[in-house]
Amino acid sequence: MSVQTHNQELEFRPSGTRGGRWWKEVSWRHLVGVLGGIYAMFPLLYVLSTSLNPGATLAGSNDLFRVISGENYSALGDTKFYTWALNSLFISTVSAVATVLMASAAAYAFSRFRFKGRRSSLTALLIVQMFPQMLAVVAIFLLLLALKEVYPFLGANNQFGLIAIYLGGALGTNTFLLYGFFNTVPMEIDEAAKIDGASHSQIFWTIILRLVTPILAVVGLLSFVGTFGEFIIAKTVLSQSDKVTLAVGLYQWASDERNAPWGLFAAGAVISAIPIIALFLFLQKYIVSGLTAGSVKG
Amino acid sequence: MSISRGAAEHDSGAGTGTKAPIVDASPARNFRPGFVAKIILMACINAFGLYGLLAAWSTGTWGVFAGLVIALIAANYVYFSRRAIPGKYLYPGLLFLFTYQLFTMAYTGYVAFTNYGDGHNSDKGDAIEQILSYNESRVEGSAAYPVTVVKDGDGNLGFAIVQDGVAKVGTAEKPLEEASGAQIEGNSVKGVEGFTVLPFAQIVENQQEITNLRVPFSDNAEDGSLRTQDAMNAYQFRSTLEFDKATDTMTDTATGDVYTANGETGFFTNADGKNLTPGWRVSVGFDNFTYMFTDSRVSGPFFSILTWTFAFAFLSVATTFALGLFFALVFNDPRVRGRKFYRAILILPYAFPGFLSALVWKGMLNERFGFVNEVLLGGNGVQWLSDPWIAKFSILMVNLWLGFPYMFLITTGALQSLPGDVMESAKMDGASPWRVLRSIILPLLMISTAPLLISSFAFNFNNFSLIYMLTGGGPNFTGSPLLIGSTDILISMVYSVAFESGVKQYGLASAVSILIFIMVGVISWLGFRQTRKLEEY
Repeated sequence: MSVQTHNQELEFRPSGTRGGRWWKEVSWRHLVGVLGGIYAMFPLLYVLSTSLNPGATLAGSNDLFRVISGENYSALGDTKFYTWALNSLFISTVSAVATVLMASAAAYAFSRFRFKGRRSSLTALLIVQMFPQMLAVVAIFLLLLALKEVYPFLGANNQFGLIAIYLGGALGTNTFLLYGFFNTVPMEIDEAAKIDGASHSQIFWTIILRLVTPILAVVGLLSFVGTFGEFIIAKTVLSQSDKVTLAVGLYQWASDERNAPWGLFAAGAVISAIPIIALFLFLQKYIVSGLTAGSVKG
Repeated sequence: MSISRGAAEHDSGAGTGTKAPIVDASPARNFRPGFVAKIILMACINAFGLYGLLAAWSTGTWGVFAGLVIALIAANYVYFSRRAIPGKYLYPGLLFLFTYQLFTMAYTGYVAFTNYGDGHNSDKGDAIEQILSYNESRVEGSAAYPVTVVKDGDGNLGFAIVQDGVAKVGTAEKPLEEASGAQIEGNSVKGVEGFTVLPFAQIVENQQEITNLRVPFSDNAEDGSLRTQDAMNAYQFRSTLEFDKATDTMTDTATGDVYTANGETGFFTNADGKNLTPGWRVSVGFDNFTYMFTDSRVSGPFFSILTWTFAFAFLSVATTFALGLFFALVFNDPRVRGRKFYRAILILPYAFPGFLSALVWKGMLNERFGFVNEVLLGGNGVQWLSDPWIAKFSILMVNLWLGFPYMFLITTGALQSLPGDVMESAKMDGASPWRVLRSIILPLLMISTAPLLISSFAFNFNNFSLIYMLTGGGPNFTGSPLLIGSTDILISMVYSVAFESGVKQYGLASAVSILIFIMVGVISWLGFRQTRKLEEY
């Protein structure tokens, strides 16, 4: 188990562990790896295989990779799939950009200004973020009914209404993360800029934001992934079939027990999963470090 | 908005901008492009807000009106005051936070104590209007008006008739009024300014809508309305009920029954206990909460759901953590070649969008055609999703597949940061690997992962999409008036009660939400306390 010990052994015997010792202590780990890999992969391979099987139904999808054809993928063009994909892309992008802007502005205020209620607001944010927005899904729905009377574009069945709801969670989830990073930018830089005559907004836009750009990108992408997979609020708010997001649309396809367009669903799932998986592998270390960094503070 | 206001009053403590010479910094004297942009932006915001105020005023949405007034005053104060600098940065985020998170939480609390839902959707005035219009029938012996079906610029259907030689037109929203520039032929209207006359083909197409159309004679619901059955002749319909404001009663003119308004149930009720629908929204106190615990048809399922929610959340964390830790321990050995490759494969389920995984598994677990039954088990028809206990098991298994990579990631990270010397000395003291794991690795691991386990618990406590997509909460409890099932967790119960149980019961659903709020709060509080204890230890 111990990293140190084995390194020492390696130094003594440059050829590494070989023979009986290897079989006893290492080989089974490869076996576990292969079995674990199969366990992790097989539902994904199943989707891939189904997506390549033309006219697949649930019953006809069990022979993996029997037929390989791009028919399902080209058939997606005749469905609303790409409308849904664009909807999801639009909603998630706008939410992500606005989230980053609002959360970093708030983090700037908390990090650079001292005002009454600063500490208690930070604590309040910490408490608020414990309660996921979806717990109030009924009240959100009723609020949209009222808002529809005043601003129709913020009402039910409108994508801007959905984006506005997502932005309600922007401060709670991201301010803390950004606040921590803003604090690592030394105050001396601000002060130097101030002496040179920079205003607080110039310091924010041209100094602080530039210095933490990579973090902003990560927060934005994480928010994008989160919004992309959000289901309950999207399902409550959007009902018209050409306005829904991918999550809601694909759910409608797959939940149709009898004549689910299973091949189409699989092809759509593959297309919508690829960018997310790519983003995820790219962001993996930030996700883990971000999570543990947050936890240490308790 | 208290934060921004508080911020304004005490900004002097910031020590940031105060040293700059104030006169030079005044935007009124020192005109910069940024200032112009700000003025334009604020003008747009105020115009937008003002439009909203007018719209809220005209539709009588007073809650929105009040919220807008506060938001606008705060915006103008924060962005034009020279003291509220932190407020300038906090305002946009706080506006959304207050509206869509804090307000909705508070509103959930309010709705939980009302009977809001189908049959009690609105206030008493609306309910009276609707009761009057639902109970209309043709006025005996009234005249038949040859009717012309018309459509206005927005596509709303309406009727045009000739009454006492005057052409009148109206839609469902706009009561009949004298039409300007109408062409009259005999006793029917041939054309009205601002409306198009519907050709016969379109009348046939919109038959349903036209026979349901109700054009009021005036703003007063008691004057009745104009309706048609055949798009040829329309008749005056009037309510068979009469509302008496002084006694707050409805009287049925045909039978003579008197319905009295009951402020506790939100219905007009007659002596026999018969209610007129719809009712209106009233406060019901703790009824929604006691209903869950006392009505035996609901309390049984409710307690079973409550237990399952905790069991599901706990078992999910326990199983995913165990499997994730197992993989992490196995691959935390530098002698294993290709560890990076194994790790990349193992986290794929976590990278795959969660809603898709649930749907794919739903397909694979299908009883008759699914991959698991057909291929892996040779067609033996296990009821993966339709037997109460097996469905619970399936949910845990699917969540294990979804969740172990996350635990694998965090335990791998935590294992790599464990102090090597401690473990080495344990080994030198002759501790077996099992003993090292139990007495050293696990306790140390718990310190860094406990908060994540608790947040994972809280996440699974509300893991709506998994449950909803995999089983939809089913198999359903029989004999319960609510559409809830044995794999439902509290949050999916909320959704079902509010939107899918046939009769929408927002009040009851909000009451369940409140219970979740309390439980999540307690769990998080315990979590924080536990974390602190572990860190001290």
